[in-house]
Amino acid sequence: MDPQFAQTLWLTFKLAVSTTVILVTIGLPFAYWLAYTRVRIKPLIEALVSMPMVLPPSVIGYYMLVIYSPRNWFGEWLGRAFDVRLAFSFEGILIASVIFSLPFMVQPLHNGLRALPDSLREASYTLGKSKTITFFWVLLPNIKPSIITAVALTFAHSIGEFGIVLMVGGNMPGETRVASIAIYDEIQALNFEAANQYALILFLISLALLTTIYSVNKKYDTWKMM
Amino acid sequence: MENDVIFIDVEKMMYTAEGSVKLMVQTSIHSGELVALFGQSGAGKTTLLRILAGLLAPDHGSIRFGNTIWFDSEKKINIAPQQRNIGLMFQDFALFPNMTVEQNIQFAQPEKNTIAVTELLTLFGLLEFRERKPNGLSGGQKQRVALARALARKPQLLLLDEPLSALDAEMRHALQDEIARAHLLSGITTMMVSHDLNEVFRLATQVICIENGKIMRSGKPENAFLDNSISGKVQITGQIARIEKQDTIYVVTVISGNNQIIKVIAFENDLENLKIGDRVMVYSKAFNPIISKLG
Repeated sequence: MDPQFAQTLWLTFKLAVSTTVILVTIGLPFAYWLAYTRVRIKPLIEALVSMPMVLPPSVIGYYMLVIYSPRNWFGEWLGRAFDVRLAFSFEGILIASVIFSLPFMVQPLHNGLRALPDSLREASYTLGKSKTITFFWVLLPNIKPSIITAVALTFAHSIGEFGIVLMVGGNMPGETRVASIAIYDEIQALNFEAANQYALILFLISLALLTTIYSVNKKYDTWKMM
Repeated sequence: MENDVIFIDVEKMMYTAEGSVKLMVQTSIHSGELVALFGQSGAGKTTLLRILAGLLAPDHGSIRFGNTIWFDSEKKINIAPQQRNIGLMFQDFALFPNMTVEQNIQFAQPEKNTIAVTELLTLFGLLEFRERKPNGLSGGQKQRVALARALARKPQLLLLDEPLSALDAEMRHALQDEIARAHLLSGITTMMVSHDLNEVFRLATQVICIENGKIMRSGKPENAFLDNSISGKVQITGQIARIEKQDTIYVVTVISGNNQIIKVIAFENDLENLKIGDRVMVYSKAFNPIISKLG
C-alpha cells in the first residue's frame, strides 16, 4: 500500500477513535445531567449542543480558528503557558471534531435516558442505591441501543468530517490530512484513482456502521414489543 | 411503641389536568397496620405515597417516623429516599429489564445474601423463574417479583402504589392473598393506594379516604364505609352500574365491592341524587338474612 495512503487512513482512524473515546467520556455524564436537570437555561444548552447540526462547518471552523489564534487571549495563553499552538495541528482538529460531533453523541444518549420510565430510577433510589450506582447498574444497561447508536454515529460522523477539518487543520500530511480532505485534494490534482480508493473505503465503513445501528435497533425494538 | 408511629402533617399543591388541588394531610399511623389510601384518581393518594418515599417534597409540614425526622420544612430537613429504609412497589412494577428475577431481588439487598434471596423466591413461588428477565414474565409474576424486591431490603415501611390495578380480577384475588400473607409474615407497617373497595375490605386494617387532597374519613374499613346511623340488618356498599326505567318504577343495578350484582327497585324521587357511578349503600331491615354454607 502506498505509504501516504496508509498514513492518511491511519490519521483518519486515529481522529475518529480519539473523538469517539473523548465524547463517550464526557457525553455520558453530560447527557445524564441534561436528561434530569431542571435549570432554566436548559433549552439554551440543548440548542448550543445541537448547533453543529445546523451550522455550516465553516462557521464553527471560523470560530475555532479565532479562538486558537495567538492574537486572542486563549490562544496566546495556550502558547505562553504550554507552548501549544492548536491551529493546523492534530490536537486542533481533534478539539474541533469533538465539538462538531457532540450532538451525535449527546442526543441519542439523552433521548435514551428520557425514554426510560422515571420509576426505574426511583425504584433504585428507594432500594437504597446511590445515584452513581443507579447510573451504572440500572440506567446504562437499559439504554444499550442508544449507546451503540451514539458511538457508531459519532465515529461515522468523525470519519466523514470535511469542512471543519479543512478550515482548522488544512491539508498537512501526517498531521491534519484525513481521508475526506485527501479525496478533495486528489480530485483537484485529477488523480481519480486515489480519490476512488479513499471514497470507496469511507463509503464501506459508513455503510457498515449504519447497518450495525439499524440492525441493533431492530433487535431491541422486537425485544421491547415482547 | 412510640418509636414506630408515623406522624404525617404535610401540604402540597398538586397540578393536575383538572386544575390545581391542595393536598392537606394530617394523620398518624401505628406500627404493623396495613393502611389503605382510598379515593378517586387525582385525589392525592399517590402523591402522598411519593412524599412518604422521599421522591416528592411537600411544600410545608413535617413527617416523622418514630423519633427520626424524615421531613421538616422549617428545619429544612428532607431525608433522601435512600436513607428512609422503605420498600416501594410501583404501579408499573419498575423491575429492572437488564436483570434477571434473582438479580432484581439481589440488587435490593444492602449486602449480598443468597440464602435470603432464595427464601424470598420460594415464598413468592418464583424459584422456577429466577433466571428469567422481567420481559418474559406475566403480570402476576412481575407483581410478585416487585413485592419480593420491595421486601428484600427488610424495610420499616412498605408502600404499595395500586399494586393490583394492572391485573385481571382473578389474578387480583390471588395476589391480594399474597399481600395479606406478606404483611402477616413480615409485620411491616404497610400503606397501599387503592380505589377498589373490595381490596380495601379484604386487606386493610385501617383506611384513609382522600377526596380532593383532604382526608374525609378514616378508621377501620367497616366503620369508615358503613353508615352506622342506619340500623339495617343487611348493609352492602357498591357502585351504581345501571338505572333502567320499567313502567313507573326504576331498577337500579348495583355492583358490590366483591363484584356481586344486586338489583334494587327504586322510585323516581329515590333517584334524585343518584347517577351511574355513584357509590351507594344497599340496606334492608325488614327481613332476617339467613346464612348457609356454600357448596
